[in-house]
Amino acid sequence: MTTAVTRASTWSTLRRGLAISPELRTGLAGTLGLAVLATAGRVAVPVAIQKGIDSGLRGPHGADLGVITGIVAVTAAVLLMTMVCAYLMNVRLYTVSETALAGIRTRTFRHIHDLSMLHQQSERRGSLVSRVTGDVDQMSQFLQYGGVTLLVSFGQLTITTVVMALYSWQLTLVVYAAFAPVVFIIRFFQRRLTVAYGAVRVQVGTMLAAVSESVVGAAVIRAYGVRGRTESRLDAAIEDNRSAQFTALRTSVTSFTFGEWASGLATAGVVVVGVLLGAGGDLTVGQLTAYLFLVTLFVQPVQIATEVLNEAQNALAGWHRVLDVLDQRPDVADPGDGGRDLPPGPVDVRFSQVHFAYPATVPGRGPSGTGEPEPLLGPEVLSEIDHVIAARTRVAVVGETGSGKTTFAKLLTRLMDPTRGSVLLSGVPLTEVRFSSLRRRVVMVPQDGFLFDATVADNVRFARPDLSDQELYLAFTELGLRDWVDGLPAGVHTQVGERGEALSVGERQLVALARAYVADPDLLVLDEATSAVDPATEVRLQRTLDAVTRGRTTIAIAHRLSTARAADEVLVVDRGRIVQRGPHDELVGDPESVYGRLYASWLEQTRAS
Amino acid sequence: MLGKGLRVLGHSIREQPRLFCVGVGGSILFSLLTIAGAYVVGGVVGKVVVPALDSHHAPAGTLAVAAGVIFAVSAGKVVGLFGRRLGAGAMQFRLQAAYRRRVTRRYLELPVAWHHRHATGTLLSNANSDIEAAFYPIAPLPFAVGTVVMLVTAVVSLFFTDWVLAGVGVAIFLALLGLNVVYSRRMSPRVSAAQRLRAEVSAVAHESFDGALVVKTMGRESEETQRFAAKATELRDALIQVGRLRGLLDPIIDSLPSFGTLAVLVVGGWRLRQGAVTVADVVSVAFLFTVLAFPVRAIGWVLAELPRSAVGWERVQSVLTATGDMAYGREELPDSAKPATLRFEHVEFGYGASSDQPVLHDVTFEVPAGRTVALVGPTGSGKSTIASLAARLVDPGRGSVEIDDAVVSTLTHASLAGTVALVPQVPFVFDDTVRGNVTLEREGVDDEAVWRALRVAQAESFVSALPQGLDTTLGERGTSLSGGQRQRLTLARALAGEPRLLILDDATSAVDPRVEAAILSSLRDDDATVSVLLVAYRRATIALADEVVYVEHGRVVARGTHADLLAGVPGYANLVTAYEKADAEREREKAYDEEVSA
Repeated sequence: MTTAVTRASTWSTLRRGLAISPELRTGLAGTLGLAVLATAGRVAVPVAIQKGIDSGLRGPHGADLGVITGIVAVTAAVLLMTMVCAYLMNVRLYTVSETALAGIRTRTFRHIHDLSMLHQQSERRGSLVSRVTGDVDQMSQFLQYGGVTLLVSFGQLTITTVVMALYSWQLTLVVYAAFAPVVFIIRFFQRRLTVAYGAVRVQVGTMLAAVSESVVGAAVIRAYGVRGRTESRLDAAIEDNRSAQFTALRTSVTSFTFGEWASGLATAGVVVVGVLLGAGGDLTVGQLTAYLFLVTLFVQPVQIATEVLNEAQNALAGWHRVLDVLDQRPDVADPGDGGRDLPPGPVDVRFSQVHFAYPATVPGRGPSGTGEPEPLLGPEVLSEIDHVIAARTRVAVVGETGSGKTTFAKLLTRLMDPTRGSVLLSGVPLTEVRFSSLRRRVVMVPQDGFLFDATVADNVRFARPDLSDQELYLAFTELGLRDWVDGLPAGVHTQVGERGEALSVGERQLVALARAYVADPDLLVLDEATSAVDPATEVRLQRTLDAVTRGRTTIAIAHRLSTARAADEVLVVDRGRIVQRGPHDELVGDPESVYGRLYASWLEQTRAS
Repeated sequence: MLGKGLRVLGHSIREQPRLFCVGVGGSILFSLLTIAGAYVVGGVVGKVVVPALDSHHAPAGTLAVAAGVIFAVSAGKVVGLFGRRLGAGAMQFRLQAAYRRRVTRRYLELPVAWHHRHATGTLLSNANSDIEAAFYPIAPLPFAVGTVVMLVTAVVSLFFTDWVLAGVGVAIFLALLGLNVVYSRRMSPRVSAAQRLRAEVSAVAHESFDGALVVKTMGRESEETQRFAAKATELRDALIQVGRLRGLLDPIIDSLPSFGTLAVLVVGGWRLRQGAVTVADVVSVAFLFTVLAFPVRAIGWVLAELPRSAVGWERVQSVLTATGDMAYGREELPDSAKPATLRFEHVEFGYGASSDQPVLHDVTFEVPAGRTVALVGPTGSGKSTIASLAARLVDPGRGSVEIDDAVVSTLTHASLAGTVALVPQVPFVFDDTVRGNVTLEREGVDDEAVWRALRVAQAESFVSALPQGLDTTLGERGTSLSGGQRQRLTLARALAGEPRLLILDDATSAVDPRVEAAILSSLRDDDATVSVLLVAYRRATIALADEVVYVEHGRVVARGTHADLLAGVPGYANLVTAYEKADAEREREKAYDEEVSA
């Protein structure tokens, strides 16, 4: 995260950034042309002063108002032109850059969704949000303020240098001699600033995490009366953030003041050398005065450029982070046009010598931008899964916590790819199935039934936006949930709150189930989808689900064994392997088997009275 | 909005007067030296350059003095720069930090009911971007104040030079001030619109990434992208609107001092002819306009940020002045190792401001000391609400909740937290070590107590298997643990405090049945010291209870032993025997099928 944005990578970031946003080049030549014209106008004033003094104020017959008025009129016209050019340039710039940035935002947003689950879990979600918000905003600051200011500043430096050299090349050397050390000093400070801003970013992240913990964990903190502990942690994080900010500011200001030192040196030098030259007759008073004005025109862009380059470290870091996300190839990629659709009809599933291991977590290693060919793997979570699930069957997958059940579901729905072997649906390898076909035909209901902050109806319609109210009610009726829905304060139009938190955990699962049901999949995967629902409702749901999913394939990951009893076949997972399979009645025959023990315990849990 | 923004500035200055003075002092020094610089240049031209060039002789001494003065001015300006920018920065950062502390303190003080009414995202941005926005104008404030001082000084000094030239100056400065006011007036609605859309874009992204699993499994990435793109496009249009206005006004404001310089030339020439001024005066005044061009923008920066600052300030204030604090009482329960009694008397409760739709009606029941009571009811019947009331996370609308005959609202927070422990349905894990998560740095919870609690919660084996044991860091929200492990860890947290009343809100739902059975039997071993209220569905869990309270639609429908309720309450029987019935029915169907096929 704190990788130093070195000079080389500054340019490479800019190059990559421009390559990824071709919109930025739209009308670039015109914009630059306008920028040059807008800058040119700035030089007009010192020239007018020189002419005004030499031929107007110090004319042969005293001040000559006619000459002065003429000069002023011409300069005013030039200034007006400058303003118009600047306005046109600004409008083009804002339009082009904002359009490009909106494009980047949207592309990055989509790309984050395309990246695999692994990725979404390993990186904090909050930081992914800032990829499409704060980081892009920093880029816009850079493009609109920094980038252009930098361009205009360099333009102004160039033009001023030319005009200065026309007045006196000797004085120009003096000015350059005064500013030469500044370039090196700024480069030195730039490196320190990168480190300082990196520290600020880390501290902001830590602080936000602490604040979020105090908000999300408010109930726990209260229930345990441990406010003091949370307060001291928050205070420390807030204070660290403040001191990091101040350190960065101090570095930035120190670097900025060198422009002022150089400016003093240059002005003093110009006076001394200028007078020496003037005394020799090489320079008029007007020329020397104009030159002093030119020095301020030279100083300004140097100071502004220093400031912009300081800020640029931040902006480029933001750009860099966005590019890093865009550069990551989704490890579970949609085959797209090169892929196939699932054949119509019921879906059968085949696991062929499937192995799976999560990538090993290396502490302190951030997400790498380059796709590594052989990522390090942790221990295998699933091994040698080689099974066929026939179409139209209802299968239950059972096993203890951590046995690999959920991984099984994720491989089945291609949220992840196996590290070895392959999963086939209706004979087609999953990696070849187009997502458009896969996601329509295969739907998973995860344990955490995430709901969007909208109504119950909106959440169910997420799966099928065209669903009419009538169909919606029908779906709840078919699932036997009509009574429950009607009991909600506003029926299907009840707002579910942020993440569905206005509903109880069990109720959220009911909505998630209805959502999957209306999607009408051919393969339905339930990952402990009713774990927080009361038994009576669960049993009712199960029966209605059995009825309405008849003729499709259903795979239920379950820790309540009632599901297993109802299934056509049970797969028993133990330590990453399928150790038993068959109908419940058969498996339960061996009380010493894994299933036998699980079932005995289940009976004890549910029957003891 | 401008007025409100100015009031925020006033508040800020009153809170950090010292740093404000440092910043303004630096700024004034810088500004005065900037003006002095103009006069120095003018003076050098008039007194050194003109005579030297006219006489073709450059006296070394005079030149050295001139160079020395120019350089000294720069040195003074550097001091001013440090004072101005570091003073402003320190002031801004300190205010931010101070308000962040105050806001987060409020978060911890305000009751859970208040938290329920506010979205997490909003609270996060109150503590972060709103505070940032509120104090954003502090950064350029000393510069702007210094600039105003400089402008006044400049105009006064102009009057000493020549009243006509001074008139030009006044006209230009008034025009600049007017333009800046127009700028901030016209800009503020556009900036607020952009700011609002920024928040909306962020909210869409947040929600969409939070629900990534649903989006992906439903294949709705394209639709989500469209939803996001629509907001991003709105934001783009709003930002372009901001840009167009800025693009128009910036060049005008930038060029005004240049027009001033030109006016000085014309007027200066006229006054020179009249003999009222010298060439040096004209040059000084012209130079003054050039150096003033930039600082005058600082006033614009402050004015432009004021509306945003006012909005941020209001949002922060809404947290700081939020009412509805849950006051704790002064009474303490006597220190004892005996289990506590919990009693609900005619409790009514509703969420939201208007409790038109109460979640609980007239709830009365008791958990006698040392007993275990199971709270059973269908999904959405109000069980979790009862659990929250028992731990006093929320207060009842009517009726009372009592522990050992003391109404919970009369107890101190420490006494309450030391007596009752709630284990919620969804476990919350802190970004801390296992030890930190279990002890929460409570007094008297040593490693021995931690291991004891972990043992009872059946978490001992997985914790010892962690790479660093108790010192293993669990990461944000404990994502490295499974759901069942998180539940067992939070259970251990509750047990470590040796509570006298334990409330388990379906707290073992993600734990495998066998592990749960082990936990519950351990709890029974400990039953001499703790009363337990548990929300449960599993029959074995319920069977461990001495009494069952059955709730439906927020009402206590029946109380009694499991056997009594099973015999006398159809709803209850239906709920707890659901699995058996389902199995039996299945058997019957199977038998029927076999008969038919036979």
